[in-house]
Amino acid sequence: MADTNFLKVPTMAEMVEQGKHPEVLFWVGCAGSYDDRYKRVITAFVKILNEVNVNFAVLGPEESCTGDPARRAGNEFLFQMQAMQNIEVLNAYEIKKIVTACPHCFNTIKNEYPALGGNYEVMHHSQFLQSLINEGRLSVAGGEAFKGKKVTFHDSCYLGRANDVYEAPRSVLEALDADLVEMKRCKTNGLCCGAGGAQMFKEPEKGNKDINIERTEEAIGTGAEVVAVGCPFCMTMIGDGIKNKEKEKDVQVMDIAELVATSKGL
Amino acid sequence: MIQIVQQLLFVAAIGLTGYLVTKRARFIYRNIKLGKDLEIKGDSNKRFANMFRLAFGQQKMFDRPVVGLMHFAVYAGFLLINIEVLEIVIDGLTGQHRIFAAVIPSGIYHFLASFFEIMALLVTVSCFIFLIRRNALRIPRFHMAEMKGWPYRDANIILYAEIILMTMLFSMNAADAVLQTMGNSHYPAIGTFAISQFLVPIFSGLSETTLVAIERSAWWVHIIGIFAFSVYITYSKHLHIFLAFPNTYFAKMEPKGEMTNMDSVTNEVKIMLGMPVETTDTGDSDEMPTFGAKDVQDLTWRNVMNAYSCTECGRCTSQCPANITGKKLSPRKVMMDVRDRAEEIGKNIDSNGGTFQDDGKSLYGDFITKEELMACTSCNACTEACPINIDPLGIILDMRRYVAMEESSTPQEWNMVFNNIENNQAPWAFSASDRFKWGEELRTQEIKKTVTEKENA
Ligand code: SF4
Ligand code: SF4
Repeated sequence: MADTNFLKVPTMAEMVEQGKHPEVLFWVGCAGSYDDRYKRVITAFVKILNEVNVNFAVLGPEESCTGDPARRAGNEFLFQMQAMQNIEVLNAYEIKKIVTACPHCFNTIKNEYPALGGNYEVMHHSQFLQSLINEGRLSVAGGEAFKGKKVTFHDSCYLGRANDVYEAPRSVLEALDADLVEMKRCKTNGLCCGAGGAQMFKEPEKGNKDINIERTEEAIGTGAEVVAVGCPFCMTMIGDGIKNKEKEKDVQVMDIAELVATSKGL
Repeated sequence: MIQIVQQLLFVAAIGLTGYLVTKRARFIYRNIKLGKDLEIKGDSNKRFANMFRLAFGQQKMFDRPVVGLMHFAVYAGFLLINIEVLEIVIDGLTGQHRIFAAVIPSGIYHFLASFFEIMALLVTVSCFIFLIRRNALRIPRFHMAEMKGWPYRDANIILYAEIILMTMLFSMNAADAVLQTMGNSHYPAIGTFAISQFLVPIFSGLSETTLVAIERSAWWVHIIGIFAFSVYITYSKHLHIFLAFPNTYFAKMEPKGEMTNMDSVTNEVKIMLGMPVETTDTGDSDEMPTFGAKDVQDLTWRNVMNAYSCTECGRCTSQCPANITGKKLSPRKVMMDVRDRAEEIGKNIDSNGGTFQDDGKSLYGDFITKEELMACTSCNACTEACPINIDPLGIILDMRRYVAMEESSTPQEWNMVFNNIENNQAPWAFSASDRFKWGEELRTQEIKKTVTEKENA
């Protein structure tokens, strides 16, 4: 029973106006809001949420940087300013559950906001997708797009080592029937993309090589056609690495959400 | 007469060892306490479980199975041989040779002694392999800049020492076995043991006096070696054989990605935002708190204990993305620097009648440079790799706080990020009012629903 509709991206303010409360708040993050490449990931995720009728909302204009880069760069004042203002907004809307596609937002809201009075159930979008699949709300079987395609997953430090989330993204990829190949350094031994700890925003220190190049070489070395990522920073870093190696034609960098959306033809 | 002199010498040796070790232990304990207090979170059962798994069970060592096994052999050998050392100590104090042979059934005694010898052989073989690994195979992590000089020698000295100690043990037991056959009253007949029996032929032709001399010399070298060893390790990276236990017990239990909250900042931020402040202290403490860590005193005691526990194995550094790609940062060096600076501060305090006199130096700047600190991606590879859960990252991030908040000398690009977050609510220079543009654009996109419509609640 197909019928036409418009994509829904309700904001919390609009929801409250209509006297509704969402099942989950989608925390978009700065990259999702402004970065052109990453907006496509957010779009893919919104399409999935629409497709399976998840009752969600975003903060929209009321969202602000979580403060993660400020804190890792040493500016605790700025971090706490950001955190407390965000917590005020979230608490005012009585938010209980948050899903985000950014491991840095995920880590900060989940682990660091409680000390400042913000307590929420926080999920990374790979965990959320996995739960949708497990609950039978999202079916990806039958998606031919990635069947048997070699895909490798790059573990984000802030998802993996920082929070022990290794299986969720992999199980989503397996559900796609992709041929999952692991890099030599994966899971607990994963190699950083080079962007965490606010490195995203400055030139690296002197060395022999940039970290993202080292990681990209390893990813390319697996022979995978798709490098799957679950983090906006990893996406940029590996994407740049692929460009640097002039492999854009052979290797794609795609977020978990994009893979799911593509396989479903969304 | 000779017996009495020997006993007196032995008492003197044990007394001196006790004195030196205690003095050094006090010094280290005080140095660890140079660090700030810290609330230890997480329940104690989990902490004990951690300690059993990582310190007793050496779980992470087995990430590299072969090395793990050899390390385990040396460790188990060390623990078990202590039972034998106890017998030797009683011998030294009372002149009663092989006291345990008299009190436990001879079968069991014989089995135990043989078992210890097998352990001793494993220790010897492992130490030989470790020596080759360190010196001949040139594994990169043993030969980095921070491993030149003393750290390099330290690792070798201990391996040679262990080999000598074990050789003495075997010689002692072999000479003993021959003496038994001569009916010497001091050497009760208990037979030969698993490994030393093969050395017996070497000693068989010797006279009784020579054999007694050999046995006693080996005995003395063995026990004095052990005493010296106990003093030595308090100056060495081998302190980990003790500190690994408290270190794994008190290790960080919060998720690795979680940075500690600075409560001193929370109050100020609340005031700035016009929020109610509930503080426990009266707020009029005379000292302005330092934000972040410049020196060892600004770290926590756990950071300093970490530094004293570090084995300098370099597993952290060999996983560090910054180090792998040739940057100056090495988490192992960070730990070694903290320890070296803590030692320096400790000596300063002791030579100045109990108070620290400014020596114009600090951990930040003189030991760890800004370049090193700025290179960290906070990826937690180091903390994951460390066999005893040392946390170099916590130190690096606390020092970054000093750079940002006290020194205001973060790189220009980061200052721009700070400005952007403050003004645009994002690290990039986009207008905050454009934040939801993506959503407004999406709302105009028509979609085809592929599943049955079930309206949003
Ligand atoms: S957290 Fe920092 S020091 Fe530790 S491995 Fe990662 S980059 Fe290196
Ligand atoms: S911090 Fe841990 S991993 Fe690094 S050198 Fe010390 S003991 Fe080894």
